[in-house]
Amino acid sequence: MDQVLSMLFNGLSSSSIILLTSLGLAITFGLMRVINMAHGEFLMIGAYTTYCVQNFFKAYLPNVFDLYYFAAIAAAFAITFAFGCVLEKLVISRLYGREIDSLLATWGISLILQQAARSIFGSQGVFVTSPSFLSGGITLGGNTYSFNRLFILLVVAFCLLLVWFIQYQSNFGRQMRAVMQNRPMAQCMGINSRRVDCITFGIGSGLAGIAGCSVALLGSIDSTIGQSYIVNSFMAVVLGGVGKLLGTVFGSGIIGFFSILFENFTSSSIAKAIVLLIVIIFLQKKPQGLFVVRSRSLDE
Amino acid sequence: MNQLWKRLAGITLAGIMTASLAGCGGGSQASAGEDGAVKVGLLHSLTGSMAISETSVRDAEVLAIEEINAAGGVNGCQISYVEEDGASNPSTFATKAEKLIEEDEVATVFGCWTSSSRKAVKSVFEDYGNLLWYPVQYEGMETSENIVYMGAAPNQQIVPAIQYLVDQGYKKFFLLGSDYVFPRTANMIINAQLKAAGCEVVGEEYADMEQTEFSAIISKIEASGCDVIVNTLNGTGNVSFFKQMAEKNYTSEDYMTMSFSIAEEEVKTIGADILKGHMVSWNYYQTTEGEKNDAFVSAYKEKFGEDRVTSDPAEAAYDAVYMWAAACEKAGSFEVEDVLAALDGMSIDAPEGTITFDADNNHIYKPVRVGEIQEDGLIYTVYETNEAVKPDPYLTTYDWAVAADLQPLE
Repeated sequence: MDQVLSMLFNGLSSSSIILLTSLGLAITFGLMRVINMAHGEFLMIGAYTTYCVQNFFKAYLPNVFDLYYFAAIAAAFAITFAFGCVLEKLVISRLYGREIDSLLATWGISLILQQAARSIFGSQGVFVTSPSFLSGGITLGGNTYSFNRLFILLVVAFCLLLVWFIQYQSNFGRQMRAVMQNRPMAQCMGINSRRVDCITFGIGSGLAGIAGCSVALLGSIDSTIGQSYIVNSFMAVVLGGVGKLLGTVFGSGIIGFFSILFENFTSSSIAKAIVLLIVIIFLQKKPQGLFVVRSRSLDE
Repeated sequence: MNQLWKRLAGITLAGIMTASLAGCGGGSQASAGEDGAVKVGLLHSLTGSMAISETSVRDAEVLAIEEINAAGGVNGCQISYVEEDGASNPSTFATKAEKLIEEDEVATVFGCWTSSSRKAVKSVFEDYGNLLWYPVQYEGMETSENIVYMGAAPNQQIVPAIQYLVDQGYKKFFLLGSDYVFPRTANMIINAQLKAAGCEVVGEEYADMEQTEFSAIISKIEASGCDVIVNTLNGTGNVSFFKQMAEKNYTSEDYMTMSFSIAEEEVKTIGADILKGHMVSWNYYQTTEGEKNDAFVSAYKEKFGEDRVTSDPAEAAYDAVYMWAAACEKAGSFEVEDVLAALDGMSIDAPEGTITFDADNNHIYKPVRVGEIQEDGLIYTVYETNEAVKPDPYLTTYDWAVAADLQPLE
């Protein structure tokens, strides 16, 4: 029983981390159809921001050190949001409709950002100290549930709610969906589609920043941290059905739970291969993913 | 002024060079460098997942080169180095090794960390007849005329450490490693050794090099009921693993670990508060006593910063440069054959103690030290051998290893 519970919790936790890293991608790739290879590097920027904020608090505000983490979340979002907007304005907005070109351009940017991180922070990994209320875990019935992971679950729930609210409840979300579904018509209605693009991309990037802030708690931070998460994220978005928020949630869940489940019975490399195989077979049967966006355009 | 002096020295050296046959440069395939310098190559991962470890090794080599240059160089030549980045990728290592030998015509190369990278460049060095100085402990089962193994062979690190654990009364072992040749071979050796010692291996798991999620492996460790974990994870995986163990409130009292790839440098990145009490096995620690080591540690800190630490691989890399220089001096040449001939039975005083080259297998006699990580982030010796141990890469002097018929993995 304990073992099943621990497996469920691990699966949930692993899914939540994947979901957190894919939420931003669900917006930039899912909604906007921009294949942003630098998405992982936004995650890295978020992680390094956490590290910097931590050091700032250590040096100047040691008596409220534990609060650094909340400041870090806000800072990570703000900085990656700004980065995302700048990237959109300077590069991506010039490449709409040219997927391959934007893929190459963003890949180049990802390399530049990685090298920049190495030049600034060195190639050595750095680490953050968890705030005291997040270190350790709570033991219930023979299993220890780490506070880090419980906290990440909360962050994911919060981000999900936020994205859902922006996308489906706010005025801006309506404009955003209108632009993504039918750009010329939205423009005719007087929506400034350039501005919508820019802010949407910023939000997607900002979510990557928050994800970076969370994964900083789990391992070391170095210039390649984005790379280790990005593949699973792309997979989750594609599996769930590009363009659907709920799809990404299920996509992440499937990948997270299956990875943990198979890893319990085999080894981690085999588990990875099995999950990949399942995704491939699934996409063969349903190339559009779990959830399909219904649309009247002919090309879909 | 400095410039002028350099130029004068250059002209003088150039004069000597034309006069004598053993000039600077790498010998037949290497041309004499400018200013009478001999060129060597440094080949490490400065990017990618191994950069966390390899940077310190590279720094130690640069330090040794600068010290030797300041003391007058080798055979009257200043050492200049060409640096290439292996980018944590074995095939990049092979390409860069070829570039260093072919294009830069270096006399020798100091490089590599992971066994996969060493295996990738091995044939390059053999084909070109060049010489690689490999600074890290490894899984053994290899000898090459064109590689000098400065790190520990299994019988100078793994075998004594496991013996120490057995002597301490540990019975149930869990083997955890990264998925590549070193952990797999190490665990093959450990399995044979534990079987002979009457201990039990209750689990064996391998993680991907880039793996960040260890919760499933930790569940398996919990379920196995082991009393010690033998850890051969390499690179950033260590950070994730120990952080996620700490998340579950586990300390060295719940699960003792014995690690073969965690040195002072890695302790710094993982955090001493998480690692305190855990054990490691190496030949050298920053805390090793001796005048040579005091000088090494203070020179290292002075050059790279007070917060930097020295570690076993860094020390071995530092020794490698000194040993190469000593052999070149003795041979009066930079030719690979002459250097190898001069190395036969050569001893130098290193920070870890006196180390001796073993011409039987191109490895080094080294002292073995089991250490415990303490709160200050340094490692303190808890057990050490009385004298330097003879390297035995194929474990031919151990009955259990011969009985298990251990074969190298390819």
